[in-house]
Amino acid sequence: MNAKKSHRFYGHGIPRVKLEELGGKLIVVEGADGSGRSTQIAELVKWLETSGRPTVQVGLKRSTLVSEELEKAQKGNVLSRTTLSLFYATDFADQLENIILPALKAGFIVLSDRYIYTLMARDMVRGMDEKWLKNLYGIAPVPDAVFYLTVEPEELVQRNLSKNATLDYWESGMDLGMSREVFDSFLKYQAAMQSVFKSLQKTYGFDIVDANRSAHAVNKELRKKISSVIDTD
Amino acid sequence: MKTFAESNFPGRLIAVEGLDGSGKSTQIYLLKRWLEAEGIKVYFSEWNSSELVKSATSKGKKRELLTPTTFSLIHATDFADRYERHLVPLLRAGYIVLCDRYVFTAFARDVTRGCPPDWVRGNYNFACAPDLTMFFKADLDVSLNRILEGRPKLKFFEAGMDLRLSTDPYESFKIFQGRILDQYLAMSKEFNFVIMDANENVEKQQVLVRKLVSERIDLKKFKRRSPLPLPPSLAGDREDKEELEDKAA
Repeated sequence: MNAKKSHRFYGHGIPRVKLEELGGKLIVVEGADGSGRSTQIAELVKWLETSGRPTVQVGLKRSTLVSEELEKAQKGNVLSRTTLSLFYATDFADQLENIILPALKAGFIVLSDRYIYTLMARDMVRGMDEKWLKNLYGIAPVPDAVFYLTVEPEELVQRNLSKNATLDYWESGMDLGMSREVFDSFLKYQAAMQSVFKSLQKTYGFDIVDANRSAHAVNKELRKKISSVIDTD
Repeated sequence: MKTFAESNFPGRLIAVEGLDGSGKSTQIYLLKRWLEAEGIKVYFSEWNSSELVKSATSKGKKRELLTPTTFSLIHATDFADRYERHLVPLLRAGYIVLCDRYVFTAFARDVTRGCPPDWVRGNYNFACAPDLTMFFKADLDVSLNRILEGRPKLKFFEAGMDLRLSTDPYESFKIFQGRILDQYLAMSKEFNFVIMDANENVEKQQVLVRKLVSERIDLKKFKRRSPLPLPPSLAGDREDKEELEDKAA
């Protein structure tokens, strides 16, 4: 491994950002609702902070700039595809510039609950142009590690129902009209998302983690892999 | 970038571009009044006016939260919303759509703010090109005076204060507008802008605008007529109505 690996952007990046100033590490956890992302991240934060490493967390739809409006728009399901996509990109960019980049500059470990891959996958499942998405998300820095937690759709159903007693409209891809029944739609949509993620994996090379296992076993694997990333310098 | 005509849309899109204070909004408003009076199906759309996105944009501007990247993306979101919700259906239905600013505003402004040109253009590449783009070119001093005389309080982003060009908003505005003008002129050939002399008086400009539009677009094809067949139960009503209209005419 290189002695000091500097960060880079996937594409055009953000104007006037000096990559060599970005110390820190960017760790991404991807996966469907019910794959255990938030549990894993909470455990990782505990572990990292106990060992004296400062962390910051980001995730989708958490920006000061547009999260409220995005939430509203999604509830009404009134936005067309390109619009929704650009709205999410705005939300991502706002957190990128106000949280992720400053935190990396300050040497923090940034834990991202989902990243551009989910945003791209959702749009690709809905037939949007991959090249357009790649250009759009060329603003994103390449993370130091990306873990994609996979869980079989059947198991995801069980976990979501035991937690919420219902299946989320968007996580079931109900807007796609794959099936009128939310249960069937969820299974079809999650399977479609997984296959897009697999194709994205070829380009972006993230780590696929089997999250059908216990939370403890998954966390053990994540810690081991993260250690090797953060101990390089 | 294909035009709407080249993409087989029945409707046509006319855009006006230019600096703040170039008089383009007045010209497109007068064009709209004329087309309406001619009985043409016309719709007017303004930059930065989508209801849903507006609250986020104004919050971002008020609190000075926007960076060049988020500024660009939030305007692209606004544009996409108007494009998908209004422009595309109207153009499919054979309307003449008038746009006060189009994607070129983003190309000029966002690039002036430091966004990579390819990135900005790529983000907007879902949109077709206008069938006619009129660029209202006034001397920089003329447009600056029109704005600075009438509205002495300049807003932060409007003056390009985020670029730290000057601590004085007026000075900043002047430099910023000058750079945007350079960007516009640099793309004018590539996107077939028709350059209009915006130093000329308003009435004379409008004569030229109307002449240009009627030369470029076969306006009689866009006359308002109820194009949809009515269900049989209502067909009788329509005949009555048409008779009435004929009498009125």
